[in-house]
Amino acid sequence: MLSIRNLKATINGREILKGINLEVKEGEVHAIMGPNGSGKSTLASVLAGRDLFTVTGGEVLFQGSPLLGLTPEVRARAGIFLGFQYPVEIPGVSMTSFMRTAINEQRKYRGLPEMSATDFLKLMRDKKALMEIDSALASRSVNEGFSGGEKKKNEIFQMAMLEPKLAILDETDSGLDIDALKTVATGVNRLRRPDNAMIVITHYQRLLDYIVPDFVHVLSGGRIVKSGDKSLAYELEEKGYDWIKEENEA
Amino acid sequence: MNGDQDPILKQVTQGEYKYGFVTDLENDALPKGLNEEIVRRISAKKEEPEWLLEIRLKAFRYWLTMKTPEWAHLKIPPIDYQDIIYYSAPKSNKPTGGFEDVDPELLKTFDKLGIPLNEQKHLSGFAVDAVMDSISVKTTFKESLGELGIIFSSFSDAVREHPDLIKKYMGSVVPYRDNFYAALNSAVFSDGSFVYIPKGVRCPMELSTYFRINAANTGQFERTLIVAEEGAYVSYLEGCTAPMRDENQLHAAIVEIIAHTDAEVKYSTVQNWYPGDKNGKGGIFNFVTKRGICLGDRSKISWTQVETGSAVTWKYPSCILRGESSVGEFYSVAVTNNYQQADTGTKMIHIGKNTRSTIVSKGISAGKGQNSYRGLVRVTKNADNARNYSQCDSLLLGDQCGAHTFPYIEVDNETAVVEHEATTSKIGEDQIFYCNQRGIDTETAIGLIVNGYAREVLNKLPMEFAVEAQKLLQISLEGSVG
Ligand SMILES: Nc1ncnc2c1ncn2[C@@H]1O[C@H](COP(=O)(O)OP(=O)(O)OP(=O)(O)O)[C@@H](O)[C@H]1O
Ligand SMILES: [Mg+2]
Repeated sequence: MLSIRNLKATINGREILKGINLEVKEGEVHAIMGPNGSGKSTLASVLAGRDLFTVTGGEVLFQGSPLLGLTPEVRARAGIFLGFQYPVEIPGVSMTSFMRTAINEQRKYRGLPEMSATDFLKLMRDKKALMEIDSALASRSVNEGFSGGEKKKNEIFQMAMLEPKLAILDETDSGLDIDALKTVATGVNRLRRPDNAMIVITHYQRLLDYIVPDFVHVLSGGRIVKSGDKSLAYELEEKGYDWIKEENEA
Repeated sequence: MNGDQDPILKQVTQGEYKYGFVTDLENDALPKGLNEEIVRRISAKKEEPEWLLEIRLKAFRYWLTMKTPEWAHLKIPPIDYQDIIYYSAPKSNKPTGGFEDVDPELLKTFDKLGIPLNEQKHLSGFAVDAVMDSISVKTTFKESLGELGIIFSSFSDAVREHPDLIKKYMGSVVPYRDNFYAALNSAVFSDGSFVYIPKGVRCPMELSTYFRINAANTGQFERTLIVAEEGAYVSYLEGCTAPMRDENQLHAAIVEIIAHTDAEVKYSTVQNWYPGDKNGKGGIFNFVTKRGICLGDRSKISWTQVETGSAVTWKYPSCILRGESSVGEFYSVAVTNNYQQADTGTKMIHIGKNTRSTIVSKGISAGKGQNSYRGLVRVTKNADNARNYSQCDSLLLGDQCGAHTFPYIEVDNETAVVEHEATTSKIGEDQIFYCNQRGIDTETAIGLIVNGYAREVLNKLPMEFAVEAQKLLQISLEGSVG
């Protein structure tokens, strides 16, 4: 589904991604861990097409086609979803009209007619229930005045609405209380299908108890320095990152 | 934002003005220029009574002594008032005719503008007075409204049919001495609408006037007068468009509203005069004096405006709150894109006790547009417990545009509470990316964000208008990511 080959990216001339290689197949969940500032969010942003960053090398194939030349909205319509580490507030724009616009833009791209108001509202209702989202929240402006945890839940709610092929969740677990974490994880797990995939960026092994990854990668200094199965997450929890850095220097 | 978005910006800010066509009509026009003779001839064309001609002449003589106001934050090239045609009427139109008598070309024009004048085809719940250049072409539902005692007619008809009402109220809120453009209008005004709602009547439909400038080199100078008697209610809408032309055209209007005891008047405007091209060439110069007086206790006047058109906008819809516990409101969205300039706001004059006013102004600047809010809140000596709340927000798209706020607060009574809040924000690159990431392209995202920003004001418009206004906002800003 996704092949990242030797991907390099800079911001303001400073190289942040220094040659990333990653292969994600349908049905897989990959966890990416790594120290603060190592480039995890940068990787997510570059995959989503944020033009703040300049890609200076490598290539990315998504479902067999080159991804990097596409605009962010076309990538989204092709099925890439980014759960933001810091979701953005859009005052005055209701969640309903935001989601409705998003869904219809995506449908248009796929040659589908606009979703009827009734179908749309039903979908909203179902997904709100799935994510245990307060009804009032959905009638408010996008993320405006949402608590940190509510914002994260709202990201997963949007993911549920859009049913992406590839979801990249950037620290969706940070700031969630234990109940919210379970809700979010349950929601995410229900969205797992044999034909989609997820990249879960997290600092905590805790999340991976709920969303069990097929692979765990450690991103450090702009490179994936170690990959393993879920036991790697336990090891990291216990020992931190220094041993990997040392291992790499050795 | 960054330079990468420039190509989109350039491509879409050239988004076309949809109402820029010209209807080929034979016009009955007076020659260019302004002098007493022209004033007399306008009056004669309209077969006006002597007293009205007298008012025109007084206004004209007074205007001659006046200077163009220069306090607004606007750069306007000098206007040659002798180079303008002050009266031009589509020839084939019989002023008092029914639907069958209206020139099919005119009907087609208004159809094309989305304003069908055939009552059967018309949007339910709306009555329209259609004004082209200097005259009213057709007023719909005049008869059925008449059964309720409501007068809804062109200004010219009203002068003929209801001279006493016109004499009593015309100039009572905006005297010709008020300002330069008011004096000019009072001298040369041609047509407009008159609305009278009798005591205790709630007008069952939205009344509206659609102003269309068509002829070249011609100014439009209309007057609107709305009188709501005790306990009456009316919601009135105004829309405007004009052809695309390289030269600037002048529009100088007056609107007066009188609200008696317990009466309520809602006045909404969607102003979409031709704004000029992307290089600032052409467009309407829009100088409008709009003012209402809450004469009676507990009366209410509410102005809502969506200003997306015109090269220059100079207007301050205001309320004089004379009656006790009367209420004034001003809700405004003003967009300036490309080289458009707007200096707009309101005056809330609190005279009666317990009077309240609310001001919500949302400026949106894009391209090289300049957008100023100018507002006065005055609480006079006897206005005990007056309350005002003002909120002036500015939204900037790009870094070549400007937003300015000029609030004036004059309080002469200690019990008054006047609150003023102002914010300036930019559409964030992060907001746009967030929308993009959900599959929404940049243009649509800006439309969404801008409509969100203007929501509070758009919500004040009648439904059908709100939808139109929303589209209009989107079109007038297309692609202007800076
Ligand atoms: N907009 C930006 N401008 C300048 N530098 C940036 C920008 N965004 C990211 N960086 C830099 O890129 C590096 C990688 O940042 P990134 O956000 O990808 O880290 P991260 O691995 O997600 O960290 P965390 O775990 O703290 O979220 C950091 O040094 C950061 O300062
Ligand atoms: Mg991060």
